[in-house]
Amino acid sequence: MEVRSHEFEIADPGPPPLGRIRDELAVAFTVASDRRAKRVRRIWLDTFDWLLYRAGLTLQYVGGSGPGELVLTGGGGQQLTARARRARWPCLPGGLPPGPLRDRVAAVAGLRALLPRVSVVSQVSELRLLNEDEKTVARIAVDAMTLPAPQGAAIAARLAVAEVRGYPAAARRAGRILTGTGGVVPSRQTALDAALSAAGQRGADYTGKVAVPLFPAMPGAEAVSAILLQQLDALEANVDGVLHDIDTEFLHDLRIAVRRTRTALKLLGHVLPGELTLRFASEFRWLGDTTTPLRDLDVQLLSLPSMAARLVAASPDDLQPLAAYLARRRAAERRKLSRALRSARFDAMVGDWRKALLVPRAVGHASGPRAAELSTDRTRRADARVLRLGSAITASSPAESLHTLRKRCKELRYVLEFFRSLHDPLLYAAVLADLKRLQDCLGEFQDSEVQSAEIQSLAAAMLARQAAPASTLLAMGELAAQLGTRQRAARAEFTDRFAHFAGGAGRHRMAALTAGDSG
Amino acid sequence: MKVIATYNIKGGVGKTTAAVNLSYLAAQDGLRTLLWDLDPQAAATYMFRVRARVKGGGQALIRGTRGLDQAIKGTDFDRLDLLPGDFTYRNMDLLLDGAKHRARRLSRLLSPLAGDYDLVVLDCPPSISLVSENVLHAAGLILVPLIPTTLSLRTLDQLTDFVASFDGPRPEVLAFFSMVDRRKRLHREIAERLPTQRADVAAAAVPALAVIERMAVERAPVPAFAPRSQAARSYQDLWAEVRKRVLG
Repeated sequence: MEVRSHEFEIADPGPPPLGRIRDELAVAFTVASDRRAKRVRRIWLDTFDWLLYRAGLTLQYVGGSGPGELVLTGGGGQQLTARARRARWPCLPGGLPPGPLRDRVAAVAGLRALLPRVSVVSQVSELRLLNEDEKTVARIAVDAMTLPAPQGAAIAARLAVAEVRGYPAAARRAGRILTGTGGVVPSRQTALDAALSAAGQRGADYTGKVAVPLFPAMPGAEAVSAILLQQLDALEANVDGVLHDIDTEFLHDLRIAVRRTRTALKLLGHVLPGELTLRFASEFRWLGDTTTPLRDLDVQLLSLPSMAARLVAASPDDLQPLAAYLARRRAAERRKLSRALRSARFDAMVGDWRKALLVPRAVGHASGPRAAELSTDRTRRADARVLRLGSAITASSPAESLHTLRKRCKELRYVLEFFRSLHDPLLYAAVLADLKRLQDCLGEFQDSEVQSAEIQSLAAAMLARQAAPASTLLAMGELAAQLGTRQRAARAEFTDRFAHFAGGAGRHRMAALTAGDSG
Repeated sequence: MKVIATYNIKGGVGKTTAAVNLSYLAAQDGLRTLLWDLDPQAAATYMFRVRARVKGGGQALIRGTRGLDQAIKGTDFDRLDLLPGDFTYRNMDLLLDGAKHRARRLSRLLSPLAGDYDLVVLDCPPSISLVSENVLHAAGLILVPLIPTTLSLRTLDQLTDFVASFDGPRPEVLAFFSMVDRRKRLHREIAERLPTQRADVAAAAVPALAVIERMAVERAPVPAFAPRSQAARSYQDLWAEVRKRVLG
């Protein structure tokens, strides 16, 4: 049941001028109101990486004396609501009440949990606009928000004109009247932005993507330090989410930050002091290796429902013992990883790494390559390695050769991402799309192999511990067969995907991208 | 999305008041609810202060040239919407007769709303016709208001037999006593005895009370303007039984 809401702000500070607003509206409508203002708590929810915010959506939990309500608002003011009996956050999208609101949120948030991002206390007075049949044809909520104690700051009062379904003209008319009312102005920002701003925060302040503004003439060492610092920020930002097991993507993002760091050290580390690269390359390898077992189990558990749904001979229920076994192993691996992330070694590593990265920026590295030269040179080298390895792969090449190529593709991808701000956006997008098609195929090939091997080893372990009945082992055999089919299909597709990447048009795009940097 | 309908071949037995009050209570209970007033007299529409007019009339809805979602009006109550009645619904039989899948047309028209509502309540006009046959096919539960007389029980049995003759899914039939006059001995006896003897008769009964007649004056459901009244309690009891049967 989607309705639209039009938002306004009251420019003057202090209590909202309800009397004046009523008088203006009374020209066109009978205005009814609740006797008392309601006090409610609003909690805005979003994923850690602000997926809803970036999609132009805001989700708030509104709790008062009665049952709570979830309100999802789109960029055009369209609203979906759902009753929420519980208010425990974080919560995965699947934990929201079933219905269109959950479907819409889940489509955007995916695997990510919803976290409270900011909350306010609201005094809400509701005006109802009635037509000549005394039917409510629009509702106006006058909302005086303050940040909860101890901040307690007041936020400019807001008016939200909500359409009643089937009566859109009344809300539009009310909006026109309010626009002409002194001190009332159409809202320039959402209520969420107003609350964030009052709390000294801003939306979308975290992204898992590389987002480092570079300029071509800056010293390469400074550019590399900036890139590595952003990855360190991303890594540290995700530690709490991993420790509290909020969702699986905290670990995924943490691992990507580690992999990007390792790639930067390998391909760009020569512009940094030599001892740094040596010391920290091994530390980041340790961290990467430490996170692998838990991530592998996450991948197994996340892919289990879709694989179970494709079972032909076995029943999805046959995989229950496998799911339970994986969950137990995951709990054990999570404890191990938590110990590592709370260890003195980890603290020293991230602390020292940050200090080390800040040094070259302070001292300044005037000598050495500029950012644009570094980008061109390293992108070309990484690209040449991909071409060389890919061209050597034939139908009889071992699986290992495709795995190695996948690693080199990831390096090329990261180098492209590091220097994204130096590239022409359209050309960059086209080159990245070429590379992603190849990476997807290589990823499917390797992931299928790794998962298949993992399932076989799990089957052996479960059999040894008598943790699985025969039906489960048979279902696992079917899963392994599914994975084998997927791996063969990916292998069959490799030749075409690589030819597309390495062919004339792909080469032309890559040459144009790297020529632009050096020019 | 669950669909229930209030139905009786006779008029003036409390179908519309039950549909209005149960829809309201369902919405208060957290269900996203749509009430479709299928009666050309549009009494339910009047009680929600909505104008009894659908753009393009029943013809546009039945032929599908105008989606049901375009005709829906919000009521004054959270989570409760109304598909208004319209005088052109008097020709709905003819329109349905000319439609494909003539006995299941309403069911097909409702299906696109499945994501929007948890419950649809159909307020059916008093007749035995293609409209009522459509309603019986669309609903999972048929609520039959009965005045506690021997003849009305005969009507219930006829309806139950008719539903039993359907191919495919059959709706559950649940009767409840309506307009029960406690001063009449026969009313008292039947209203007390039958629910204990028959599983298809609800324990809750709605008495004949002036406050229910006042709905047309207040133009609102009883629990909205007289929440502590006996009538409101009766409808709450009835909703509790209906909810249990529909949602488990």
